Amino acid sequence: MSTTSSTDPRTGDPLHYDLFGIDEPTVLAVLAEAMGRGAEYADLYFQQSRGSSIAMEDGIVSSASNSVDRGVGIRALVGDQTGYAFSEDLDREAMCQAARTAAAIAAGGGGAPPQGLEARSGEDLYAIDEAYEAVDVSRKLPLLQEVERRVRAKEPCIKKVSVSWRDGDSRILVVNSTGGALADYRPMALLAVSITVEKGGEVQSGYWSVAGRHGFDHFDAEVIDGLCQEVVDRTLILFEARRPPAGELPVVLAAGASGILLHEAIGHGMEADCNRKGQSVFSTMIDKKVAEDCVTIVDSALHPHERGAINFDDEGSEVERTVLVEDGVLRSYLHDRISARHYGLERSTGSGRRQSFRYPPIPRMRCTYMEDGPHTREEIIEAVDFGIIAETFTNGQVAIGAGDFTFYVKNGWLIEKGKITAPIKDVNIIGNGPEALGRITMAANDSKIDTGGWTCGKDGQSVPVSQGMPTTLVSHLTVGGEDA
Amino acid sequence: MREELLDQAKLAVELGKQAGADDVVAGVSWSRGMKFEWREGRLERVQESTSRRLGLALYVDGRYSTCGTNDLEPTRLRKFAREAVDLTRCLEQDPHRRITPPELYGGRSDVDLELVDPALADVSREQRVEWCQEMDEHARNDPIVQTSECWISDSHGIGARATSNGFEGVQEETGVWFFSEVSAIDGDKRPEEHYYAGGCHLAGLPRPASIGEEALRRARARLGAVKAPSTRTTMILDPEAGAGFLGRVFGALSAGSIQQQRSYLAQSLDQPIASAPVSLTDDPLRVRGLSSQHYDSEGIAARPRTIIEEGVLRSFYVDTYYGRKLGWEPTTGGTSNVVFQHGPRNLEQIVASVQDGILVRSWLGGNANMTTGDFSFGIRGHLVKNGQLAGPVSEMNVTGNYGDVLARIVEVGNDPVPWSSFRTPTIVFEDVQFSGS
Repeated sequence: MSTTSSTDPRTGDPLHYDLFGIDEPTVLAVLAEAMGRGAEYADLYFQQSRGSSIAMEDGIVSSASNSVDRGVGIRALVGDQTGYAFSEDLDREAMCQAARTAAAIAAGGGGAPPQGLEARSGEDLYAIDEAYEAVDVSRKLPLLQEVERRVRAKEPCIKKVSVSWRDGDSRILVVNSTGGALADYRPMALLAVSITVEKGGEVQSGYWSVAGRHGFDHFDAEVIDGLCQEVVDRTLILFEARRPPAGELPVVLAAGASGILLHEAIGHGMEADCNRKGQSVFSTMIDKKVAEDCVTIVDSALHPHERGAINFDDEGSEVERTVLVEDGVLRSYLHDRISARHYGLERSTGSGRRQSFRYPPIPRMRCTYMEDGPHTREEIIEAVDFGIIAETFTNGQVAIGAGDFTFYVKNGWLIEKGKITAPIKDVNIIGNGPEALGRITMAANDSKIDTGGWTCGKDGQSVPVSQGMPTTLVSHLTVGGEDA
Repeated sequence: MREELLDQAKLAVELGKQAGADDVVAGVSWSRGMKFEWREGRLERVQESTSRRLGLALYVDGRYSTCGTNDLEPTRLRKFAREAVDLTRCLEQDPHRRITPPELYGGRSDVDLELVDPALADVSREQRVEWCQEMDEHARNDPIVQTSECWISDSHGIGARATSNGFEGVQEETGVWFFSEVSAIDGDKRPEEHYYAGGCHLAGLPRPASIGEEALRRARARLGAVKAPSTRTTMILDPEAGAGFLGRVFGALSAGSIQQQRSYLAQSLDQPIASAPVSLTDDPLRVRGLSSQHYDSEGIAARPRTIIEEGVLRSFYVDTYYGRKLGWEPTTGGTSNVVFQHGPRNLEQIVASVQDGILVRSWLGGNANMTTGDFSFGIRGHLVKNGQLAGPVSEMNVTGNYGDVLARIVEVGNDPVPWSSFRTPTIVFEDVQFSGS
């Protein structure tokens, strides 16, 4: 454990008190207001975020956007009940007013606010050399220009290239009524490119991105070249690609981004808020065998620099590696403070996350992946007589009660008699979560985390996530193809 | 409040000019919202919010950037504007980036759009709780209900806009939404269904009890859903499912996607892009419309426009930037209220006339590639046999190409969903590919 990443690289102010213009007596006073009607627990989530983006289109870096957002979210809990309000004004009286609004969820006398605060620390998963606010836009321009130059050099038939860059610095301070105070500095960066290619009167376009809690120095020549190669390869193959036939087929999931299947098929259904409420198809399946022995599925906050990495969660709880499925047996939900209390657990799984200070935290995924299995990629492909392998994805969704989930395959291939043959494109795949888990019959030894910019939406809140997968065979799923 | 926000916007224009910008557009928005969530007989969560934000667009020496902040403290704001102008100077010149020409501001309608319901300000905490209770009691009035949730949210927002070339405007609206969701017991599964209603005004919305009842009715109708065999058949789109499907087509009508060659409709102006029953307009001046406005995000005076006339594409969505790049006259950059010309029948009457097909009630995931028009979506719905609903289906996909299926529309209904700015009625497509078992 270390506090290096939470310390503001600019000021060295460990709890960001100067940044937010607050001090301990003010924080304690606001907490006392939040508990003033008898709340059992309260927390404050101070956040200042700065984001910038620049975009290149038609060969010109001609637009940029900068934003600043700051405020405090105030939450009061009574059992499963939540009162929530936020204030964009960090003046003491404005914060106390918001705290009284949140406190009104309870209807009793005063709670027991803490008398002092103790600075606690979390993990150190994304320390970077310089905060993005210190990276001048004049250093970002050449990055975009280099992406455009390289991508055009790879393919003469490119008609349009647009390149975009986004970075963000978020500084947070979580204080709660147990007296803990934790501060964090959370960087995020994303480099993305879209191209349009025209060949023989046909037009195809493609998109690729690289993202993570990386410093600016991460985006070196190798990363840029990988990005450019992927977008060119993935777009050119579309000219040859067709739709597969419609109906149920064996589906091989390529290593990496196929983790979208886990995210939708099981991840959301394992978020404990919907289990606490009895809404999830997984609500009664803990300790039941749901998959073959080769299936172990994990959701972890601990992967350095990944989008889903967090040093502590947005309730100030310790983070961990949570095993959802162990050797085919369903083990643990993803808990926030409310659900952990509901299930009588000593602590949450560190899964309480929120989009910003405007939202209360709820159980969310972080980095969801499946561990290596006993097979090889070659063995899995050879095992398929007629099916598809899915490689890149753009969208997924789940209905957690019915258990139906989908993900959209942008690129893939037909597999015929154990060999990869023709390219396929643009098909949705739909299945049922518990059934699909039971149909994972083979898993390879090549699990990896995808480096793309995945964002997960739930209850109107977006959070950055990561996902990963080894090459895996699902014996059948419904493929949205077209019959000839 | 309206005057205060407009003054702040005008002040921000001044700050931008003082910092060295040639032209400045400033928008200041304020909003307040409240949401009551209810579950199993009591309040689950209460949220209140008040936000204020400034957005600036800066034109400096032929360069352009935007910035936004919710920190409106004057000293920090002055610094923020100065830094934003300095940042803009680091970008590259783009001859197409210019402030909206003032002539496009002209002709702004002053019709009362009735977007503000003063009655909402008087709704008490007790009233909200009572409505939640009423919705919930009717939603869970059946032993098949595993659990239910409902919420009521309302909001009030004001946006003021000022520019260095003479634009001033303030738009204000309220909104109120009721939502009820039921999870039903269906073997090992707990299929969820919901119903919602909302608008600018409380008046005209269904009673909370009937919203809960409708959520329950829908959950009952989902019991025993199966995957049907793959087939090519008639697709009936429920009015509520229309926006999710046809909304994608509007992405391909934007000048940005056309200029960037990511639209399958780039060459289609004055060409048929759908079959003859399809006529629709974009109507920003609809009274109490959910996306009604007197001017658009660039300040262009709003006016109704025909988009599709008997299947023929009549207008694109052209903002000033991409309009300059393409050499086209600007229209407006984005959709407001999309209004279909009605046919003679509603969903029930249409279903009664279909021998064999699938009624699509809602979507699950999927995506579309608007460069080519290819799409593939997950669906939930009902089989239709001999003019009757013949049982719920799930875990199926519908796949095709917009260029192809829009030409297969054989009927447009007369029953648009009132709670959406995308007012699709029932729509019937012939010979569409479904994949299932």
